[in-house]
Amino acid sequence: MIDESGLRVDGRRPDELRPIKMEVGVLSNADGSAYIEQGKSKVLAAVYGPRELHPRHLALPDRAILRCRYHMAPFSVEERKSPAPSRREIELSKVIREALEPAIFLEKFPRTAIDVFIEVLQADGGTRCAGTTVAALALADAGIPMRDLVAACAAGKVDGILVLDLSDIEDKEGEADMPVSYMPNLGLISLLQMDGSLTLEEFKQALNLALEGCKQIYKLQKEALKAKYVAIKEEVESCLQS
Amino acid sequence: MFYFENRQIVTPGDLLAEGDYIAGNNTYKSGNRIYASRLGLVEYQGKTVQVIALNTVYIPSPGDQVIGRIEDVNINGWTVDINSPYKALLRVSDAVNKPFRQQKDDLTSFLDVGDLILAKVIAFDRTMDPLLTIREPGLGKITHGQIVKVSPAKIPRIIGRRASMVNLLKRETECKITVGQNGIILVSGPTPEHEKLAILAIEKISQEAHTSGLTDRISEMIRREKGVKT
Repeated sequence: MIDESGLRVDGRRPDELRPIKMEVGVLSNADGSAYIEQGKSKVLAAVYGPRELHPRHLALPDRAILRCRYHMAPFSVEERKSPAPSRREIELSKVIREALEPAIFLEKFPRTAIDVFIEVLQADGGTRCAGTTVAALALADAGIPMRDLVAACAAGKVDGILVLDLSDIEDKEGEADMPVSYMPNLGLISLLQMDGSLTLEEFKQALNLALEGCKQIYKLQKEALKAKYVAIKEEVESCLQS
Repeated sequence: MFYFENRQIVTPGDLLAEGDYIAGNNTYKSGNRIYASRLGLVEYQGKTVQVIALNTVYIPSPGDQVIGRIEDVNINGWTVDINSPYKALLRVSDAVNKPFRQQKDDLTSFLDVGDLILAKVIAFDRTMDPLLTIREPGLGKITHGQIVKVSPAKIPRIIGRRASMVNLLKRETECKITVGQNGIILVSGPTPEHEKLAILAIEKISQEAHTSGLTDRISEMIRREKGVKT
């Protein structure tokens, strides 16, 4: 999995992220939306709300509830995936919801619901992290007040070497995979999972590696959020000069 | 200490200021640090630090003028969609002047599902749905004109400082423009062409709300569009 010069299957260094492209405001009918391409993984997120909650009895008197749906399109993987939510998707929906919840001021909108839909269009590893990252962007785009953006990234071990941002094959062939979601400005971790095995020392190193990855993704998130408005501003300014 | 320049774009979680400052709109305080909670433009004004959001949701506040659509007719009033997370209630006593007899009078003869109304919020305390009234001069059912929807965050920009922007629009396009705080705007003019021009201008303002020198550009745009037509 790692060649003599220390490069990975897709030619990356062990501590290198896959090329990432993010875009905000891609869906006109959603209150907020975003799209991410992280290597070959492609994920779309849409946010609706805060809006009136149905069924009503689920509403909480003191805060909004966050509902999250992580879903993989049938064509997102090599073998057609049934569109019905699988056990794995239900778990990831919960995990992503809990990763986003601490970032949102839910108490500002009592008795309402915020719905987040995460649709994986093409899966090549790291989709729960890409899903969290892109959902945070869509929430910010929807104008929902947040403590911080949430950036997520995985680290793991492949062929005895600690690597950042695993692709599908590295996840399957490697020894360990550890997704982490992080709120960089607050310094808080909101998701930490691991499968495989790492020694305590390796775990500490892998965690630091993942946090560094999150910080890089966080920078890209900020740029993507601003891009939509900066473009208009520059266009206007260039019109004024000419 | 300030970490940004005035009117720079900030994202949620950005550290805006540190020290003895007051956290204004769309910011929050943790210790003596002030962070942004929404995507927007920072504004440092003396001791207050605030963010002018680029997108928000409408939260009703007593005294706001809003435009809503009747969604349902109940026994003693109507439910109104006011483009907010909360459904508004309009009671018969806040809508009709004469006493209302439940057995004889039909509520749908006053307002029916789908009707648009210009109303004022009289109460909202987050534990109950907002209450509206139309028993004030100028309020009531909307009978003509066109509706434009923008983000509620852009409303202050469309009104402008001391209503300068909306007055400019009214003067230049000869339309009557009624701005609802909930992001819905009613435009009614002498001809559909006038209304179209006003809507175009409103959409441009909402698109470019975060840029400076907007009033001049809008008046120039309207003049140019008018020139094309005549």
